[in-house]
Amino acid sequence: MIDLNKIDSDISHYKDIWVFIEQTNGQAEHVSFELLTKARELASQRNCHVAAVAVGNSVAHLAEDVFKYGAEKFYIVEDEVLKDYRTEPYRDAVSELVVKYKPEIFLIGATTQGRDLSGTVATVLRTGLTADTTKQEIDQETGFLWMTRPTFGGSLMATIFCPKHRPQMSTVRPGVFKAIPLDAPVNGEIIEIIREKIEFSEEDVVKKILKKVISSEGNVTLGFYDVIVSGGKGMGNKENFNMLKELADLLGGTWAGSRKAVELGYIPQTRQVGQTGQTVHPKLYIACGISGAIQHLVGMQTSEIIIAINTDKDAPIFNVSTYCIVEDALKFVPKLIEELKGMQSTRRAQ
Amino acid sequence: MHALVFIKQVPDASQVRINYETGTLIREGVPAILNPYEVHAVEEAVKIKQKFGGKVTILTMGPLQAADALKECLSRGADKGYLLSDRIFAGSDTLATSYALYEGAKKIIELEGEIDFFFAGKQAIDGDTAQTGPGIATRFNIPLVTYLTKLDEVNLEEKYVVATRLTEFGQETLKVPIPVFFTVEESLNILSHSPLPWLVKAAQSKIEILSGENVDLDKNQCGLRNSPTIVKKAFTPEKKQRGATLTGTFDEVVDQAAEKVAPFLNNIL
Ligand SMILES: Cc1cc2nc3c(=O)[nH]c(=O)nc-3n(C[C@H](O)[C@H](O)[C@H](O)COP(=O)(O)OP(=O)(O)OC[C@H]3O[C@@H](n4cnc5c(N)ncnc54)[C@H](O)[C@@H]3O)c2cc1C
Ligand SMILES: Nc1ncnc2c1ncn2[C@@H]1O[C@H](COP(=O)(O)O)[C@@H](O)[C@H]1O
Repeated sequence: MIDLNKIDSDISHYKDIWVFIEQTNGQAEHVSFELLTKARELASQRNCHVAAVAVGNSVAHLAEDVFKYGAEKFYIVEDEVLKDYRTEPYRDAVSELVVKYKPEIFLIGATTQGRDLSGTVATVLRTGLTADTTKQEIDQETGFLWMTRPTFGGSLMATIFCPKHRPQMSTVRPGVFKAIPLDAPVNGEIIEIIREKIEFSEEDVVKKILKKVISSEGNVTLGFYDVIVSGGKGMGNKENFNMLKELADLLGGTWAGSRKAVELGYIPQTRQVGQTGQTVHPKLYIACGISGAIQHLVGMQTSEIIIAINTDKDAPIFNVSTYCIVEDALKFVPKLIEELKGMQSTRRAQ
Repeated sequence: MHALVFIKQVPDASQVRINYETGTLIREGVPAILNPYEVHAVEEAVKIKQKFGGKVTILTMGPLQAADALKECLSRGADKGYLLSDRIFAGSDTLATSYALYEGAKKIIELEGEIDFFFAGKQAIDGDTAQTGPGIATRFNIPLVTYLTKLDEVNLEEKYVVATRLTEFGQETLKVPIPVFFTVEESLNILSHSPLPWLVKAAQSKIEILSGENVDLDKNQCGLRNSPTIVKKAFTPEKKQRGATLTGTFDEVVDQAAEKVAPFLNNIL
């Protein structure tokens, strides 16, 4: 681990905004590009640069993508030891880079990997870390990063800053920001890839990965979709989710659900929306048989249009809904599908 | 075998309501509970103890009333509860919290002996930061296994465990030497009922109090003043207005709903 004496405590020496590029088997996570897009906006206000950081056995090929999303520098550490994510060597590689190059702000995706990594890196660096933020802004007066995050299961929002320590670290939930590629490279500026050599040896890493199981459902980034059709306990059983899948297909979207739907085995955890699932803000969110517990609402209430179908006219989900439908979802959804199919064939005929 | 479980007493976040007029949380009448993830951490530690012998110690940092949460852990089979309580810790952020708990744990090692397994919940439901566990593990510089879903094997002789954790893509199984630090998921185990004698023993047991007086710590790393992150403001999220209720006969409501979503219809065959 880093020698604490190597950490520069003069915060005026820290500049630029870094984004951690999370990758698995050389494939970058979408949240990293969402963060690069956000970093561009923050950097323009701070008048500084955006840099990307990746750690792995082979990550250099990610340069094209990170530059497309606005990074002007790409710091990489490549070593066989870093092939799969393991806390300790990743922690050391990333902390080493931070200590050497001193970023002012460091953004990391709030994924399982990002949360595991950020907590240890912030502790090594003895700096502040704000988890699961949903809003990032630069205070015009001080230039500090203001990070806003939900607490108490979303009942309360807190704006947090880190005035005396650097970098200002923050994790951000996937799907909170949009990823927007640049039309053209950043002002034609020369972009450098810095190859860091940090000595790793497999013997020093005590943790060994014996087995990896990719769940059959795989990893779904719900944040990708403009339309999400979501179901809760009110859907009654797993088979009934087929109608939600069909509706989602018709609308070019995907399906998801509440935590109760996960607990009851109707849907996999990878499709859970909410505090302990994913945060989404699609153009259209259709909630079927979901009561609207606060932990669910925090994950979806910023959706542009919310349509809720619930038999209980007082269900809290209606308090955030654009359109409230007090009906039995099991009867309503099939009818809606039928109606939409009718519309679709009429359109095609035209 | 000696396991140390870090637990937190939290307000039951699912029962907290918002007063939109004052923009504050209504916390009256909201019960303080043992953070749900830690219940499973204690369960797992006690399971190891039942198999190999040894003891399970519990540590929490909080106000004196947090003793109740410690007693709940004792009733679930833990042996001794320590409460780290002192005004100097007030307002600690996660960095300062992990520091205080690290020093508290070192004191426990002094009093109770070396620790093989450290357990924490994956996150506390009031703050949801999921940072405290990784922070303590880093300070001890021992391997960290977050999002533990299964302890496949414990081998005390050869001093290793085989553990399965959640990843973004599914699960991974790791072989890790002891001592090791776990943060646990609720799916780790199914809770068992406490036998009556445990409940009785818990009710009678004494909680040990730790503070800045009897723990050797650097006060310049504790509390609000020494926390790198500062809460600038706290506010309640904007209240959304309840939108239009679609009315009419069943078929009319279907028609209206179809109209609203029609712009999203997929036209690609
Ligand atoms: C720490 C913590 C974290 C949590 N994290 C999350 C999270 O990330 N995501 C999440 O979703 N929850 C989360 N929860 C759980 C949350 O509190 C609720 O329990 C959960 O969201 C409820 O799911 P539900 O709406 O499907 O079920 P219920 O609350 O049981 O609601 C079912 C609804 O379906 C309606 N209904 C029944 N039949 C029909 C029908 N035929 N047609 C139409 N409507 C019908 C009922 O009127 C009811 O409103 C968390 C809880 C805790 C304590
Ligand atoms: N004050 C505390 N005392 C003891 N353990 C704590 C405390 N705060 C957090 N923890 C542990 O750290 C975990 C993660 O908490 P958090 O980082 O606040 O989400 C909790 O589930 C507890 O196991």
